[in-house]
Amino acid sequence: MDGKSVNGSLKGWLYLLPALLFLGVFMVYPLVDVFVYSFEEGYNSASQTYFGVGTYNYAYVLRDPYFLQAVKNTFLLVVITVPLSTGIALLISVGLHSIGPLRRFLQTVYFLPYVTNTLAVGMVFMILFKKTPYSDGFINLLITWFGGEGVDFIDGPYWAKMFVLCLYTVWVVMPFKILILTSALASVDPAYYKAARVDGTSKLRMFVRITLPMISPMIFYLVITGFIGAFKAYSDVVALFGTNLNAAGMNTIVGYVYDMLYGDSGGYPSYASAAAIILFAIVFTITCINLLVSGSRLRR
Amino acid sequence: MEVTLKGLTKKFPGRDRKNRSEVTAVDHMTLAIPDGQLLALLGPSGCGKSTVLNLISGLLAPTEGKIFFGEDDVTELPPEKRGIGLVFQNYALYPHLTVRQNILFPLENLKGKEKLTREEMLRKADEAAKLVQIESLMDRKPAELSGGQQQRVAIARALVKRPRVLLLDEPLSNLDARLRIQTREEIRRIQRETKITTVFVTHDQEEAMSISDLIVVMKEGVVQQIGRPQEVYDSPENLFVAKFLGTPPINVFEGQVRGHRLYIGEDAVLQANVPDAPVYVGVRPEGFLMCETGALSCRLNRVEVTGRDVSVVSENAAAVSRTVRSLIGAENGGEAVSGREGGEIRFDLVPRKVFLFDRETERRIFLEES
Repeated sequence: MDGKSVNGSLKGWLYLLPALLFLGVFMVYPLVDVFVYSFEEGYNSASQTYFGVGTYNYAYVLRDPYFLQAVKNTFLLVVITVPLSTGIALLISVGLHSIGPLRRFLQTVYFLPYVTNTLAVGMVFMILFKKTPYSDGFINLLITWFGGEGVDFIDGPYWAKMFVLCLYTVWVVMPFKILILTSALASVDPAYYKAARVDGTSKLRMFVRITLPMISPMIFYLVITGFIGAFKAYSDVVALFGTNLNAAGMNTIVGYVYDMLYGDSGGYPSYASAAAIILFAIVFTITCINLLVSGSRLRR
Repeated sequence: MEVTLKGLTKKFPGRDRKNRSEVTAVDHMTLAIPDGQLLALLGPSGCGKSTVLNLISGLLAPTEGKIFFGEDDVTELPPEKRGIGLVFQNYALYPHLTVRQNILFPLENLKGKEKLTREEMLRKADEAAKLVQIESLMDRKPAELSGGQQQRVAIARALVKRPRVLLLDEPLSNLDARLRIQTREEIRRIQRETKITTVFVTHDQEEAMSISDLIVVMKEGVVQQIGRPQEVYDSPENLFVAKFLGTPPINVFEGQVRGHRLYIGEDAVLQANVPDAPVYVGVRPEGFLMCETGALSCRLNRVEVTGRDVSVVSENAAAVSRTVRSLIGAENGGEAVSGREGGEIRFDLVPRKVFLFDRETERRIFLEES
């Protein structure tokens, strides 16, 4: 290597240094640290001591019924909300794309949840769903109006709570997806549709054979980020069901990690680390699978 | 298939916030395209030529007027019922499909009685590919092809259904100069082989002149002249057509007709048996003959030698653009004047290369043969 290019790459590293330092201190180091903690049995952050090294933390966490409940909740949330929200967002975007008047207005309406505070939205859902001494909640009012039997959505059966959580999640993640998809739809060259019209292509076939393939990179992007986001769900659940999630049976993996550190039954950094590493492994694996699938599809 | 346009008009609603009046893109266009001919719609951008193409294709509905394919009135028919093939300026090939899938696409849309078996479709696609000579590229994606190849694929896709009319919207403008000449000859060959009536939109007069049977020159939605390329070049009906056709462009002078003589500045250059009037005088670059005793006096600017011809650039006060560009055959002593820059140079004018136009209407004033 000649002197000039060594000099050049040195300069490059120098420019990267601030970002690298930042990432190193706040991302890489903690990740490695958590990894180490997860193998140190009974680590005490006050005295900085531990009993031994091994996989006991993992064994404990994986046998903990609260953790298993959290995993089940998280997986249900992911499997239900990601396809549902992406699908509905696609329908709404196509609708928005094909109407003329009121388009800007409706776009704003659909984007509002994105700029609304999570807890404020949680309050609204409380009004809709929570049973209080004064009211059964708006939705129960509707159900009884039509002759159904009211359900306690917040403190009631598991399926009802899951339903509210999924509805909430879908509603909250929708705006961003609609934003991305409408801009993806707008970026498709209209000449393709003209060409298709000249050939007498039906609307459905145009959508399946032209629109979908054209915007598929964006759909895959949304699915991948959607998976990651749903796996990290926590604040939404707190907004709906309060902080004692284990008691409500609605804990998520991130919630479990938090409880293990700071919750009422907390103070177990080792277990929290093990759970965090398990979550990391799950998200990593699923993202890899997603990328492989989408990569092979897109390059075909 | 003969294509006839009768009083075809298209108005668009005004988009401008201040000026909401309608914009007339095509104004009462009447035109007959004989069966199997290649017609070029020629004009500067914004003259409505692409709108005409979209009207013929059915992608746009006319405000007024009728379109006939042969005896059939197709004005109300949707594009797919008209039997047309359309090639876009940017080709509009589906990037996620291979060349073969692109060509098959129109066939797969056929429904009911017209529906083809898979074998028939593949056979037709191969035929179309063979016609434009892209058989070896069938399994590639459009992104892996050159511009010229993509153009061929687009033409194959337009031809695969055997359309009654082929429409080409600026098909060559995305290609480089060398490829453009090659491809336009290719289009001509394909059109001759298939004998499909073809309409070709372009703003490039050379392109239009070189391959079309008929040229329609348009300006601001109005047809200026229709005719065979050489006719339109040799006998422009107005100043716009004269200026639009020909490279290098025609030289325009402000002139006067006085007593059956045509004056440019103070030089009486030609006999003109027309009433006295101020006129514009258009002189084709090849209409100048260098001559010591020539009628028109100019001041020599420079001489450009391009091999076959010598381009003599000179100045004349009466010329609208100040400079006068004349093409002089190299063997006619064109080179002899080099070195005399700044000095006087005189030309005689070739009468059939000189056109007179009314100063007001810019219409042609025809000289009576004498």
